[in-house]
Amino acid sequence: MLKIDDIRSGSHLAGARLIRLIEDNEPSAIELLKSLYANTGKAFIIGITGSPGVGKSTLIDALIFQFRELSKKVAVIAVDPTSPYTGGAILGDRLRMQRHATDPDVFIRSMASRGQTGGLSRAAKDATTVLDAMGFDIIIIETVGAGQAQFDIASLAHCVGIVSIPSSGDGIQAVKAGILETGDIFIVNKSDTPDADLSFIELCGMLEMRQSREFLRTLPPGLPPKTDNGHPTWQPKVLKTIAQDGTGIKELTHTFLSYLDFMKKNNLLKSKQKTQEKLYFKTLLKDLILEKINGFMDESKYVETALNDIQLNITDPISAAQHVVNKTIGHKIKE
Amino acid sequence: METKNKIRVLIAKPGLDGHDKGAKIVCLALRDAGFEVIYSGLHQSLDQIIRTATQEAVDVIGLSIMSGAHLPISEKLIAMMNKNGLGDIKLTVGGVIPNRDIPTLKEMGVAQVFPGGTSFDKITTGMKLLFK
Repeated sequence: MLKIDDIRSGSHLAGARLIRLIEDNEPSAIELLKSLYANTGKAFIIGITGSPGVGKSTLIDALIFQFRELSKKVAVIAVDPTSPYTGGAILGDRLRMQRHATDPDVFIRSMASRGQTGGLSRAAKDATTVLDAMGFDIIIIETVGAGQAQFDIASLAHCVGIVSIPSSGDGIQAVKAGILETGDIFIVNKSDTPDADLSFIELCGMLEMRQSREFLRTLPPGLPPKTDNGHPTWQPKVLKTIAQDGTGIKELTHTFLSYLDFMKKNNLLKSKQKTQEKLYFKTLLKDLILEKINGFMDESKYVETALNDIQLNITDPISAAQHVVNKTIGHKIKE
Repeated sequence: METKNKIRVLIAKPGLDGHDKGAKIVCLALRDAGFEVIYSGLHQSLDQIIRTATQEAVDVIGLSIMSGAHLPISEKLIAMMNKNGLGDIKLTVGGVIPNRDIPTLKEMGVAQVFPGGTSFDKITTGMKLLFK
């Protein structure tokens, strides 16, 4: 079976199979995952997000090429949506990166979002743990949009790159969707098309507004703070690229790396990781508690009696629920 | 036809033939049947297919071959799968496959053969049956 040493030594076969077990929620994966934590914390995790068709996969293909030029080992997790109707998925992102398939220092893994709450999130996070332990220097996670998943890209990646294209109204759209707050690097791809300069200028303008506003507000809880009074903060960058022919990719690669330098130098990476670890831990706790509670609801006599009482109009549902909680876990929580 | 876990399948186009309409439509049919489908794209070397199947941790590789080279390609791929620790992955072959070659392919270790004209239903249930 799977050996922990094979994963630590970077075996693609072993790593890929562990990620598969994680995705399938196999209990055996959990034990392996636990023992891998000691080997993690070295990889630089980059998130790439943006609407469908803006060229994320092609951009990542070009980024892999540049990172390989710098002799970095690169892993990619490309997430595509699962059909809510059939549970199936077409995972087509790696198609654009297939020229790297035979490079032993590149690992590309497609992942379906699999719908369930926290499903994508946990599996993607745990997959980065595996890839980190396998010794990859750079881990790139590709997702569509900024989903409402409890564990979205900003709470997983060290650096988030948001890809848009000219003439898509993204300047305004981005503000609407609240995406602007998440991005560290903004990429205007396909910038050989008309209006590229306009989009570039618009984005720069939006970001200036964001920076001035940051003095006036704090971000929602859980997200790493963007400003740290008195300390330097990373100023988001906007770059133009043409992923198809590689224009601007070298600069983009260096911007990602200079972000990492900046965060390390100013001790910001540590605090960001701390926030993310905390969030991950809370998600884990919630999942474990929920699991227990679901089991409890299926079996408990209290629940059964309460349901009966509600049906017989002896009590109302709110009081019944409060009663069950107080009777069972109410006092334990206080501890 | 519920299986416990999702079935992950790699649909791969080996070698020179450049026709992938069929492969793409099979991808859609498999998706609609609840599979997670990875499509390799055209002109894949066997090495690319092996490494993709490894990294994607698929349960089955579905080759689509229209070039007439299904016998040597399948034989070579099966040898490479065994050598690379993928002996437990199923291999199916579809495309332009003459009936007389089907027994030979099965003898080699190809789990299922879906020659042109096979219905989607037969392909999807055939693939699911491999994991019953």
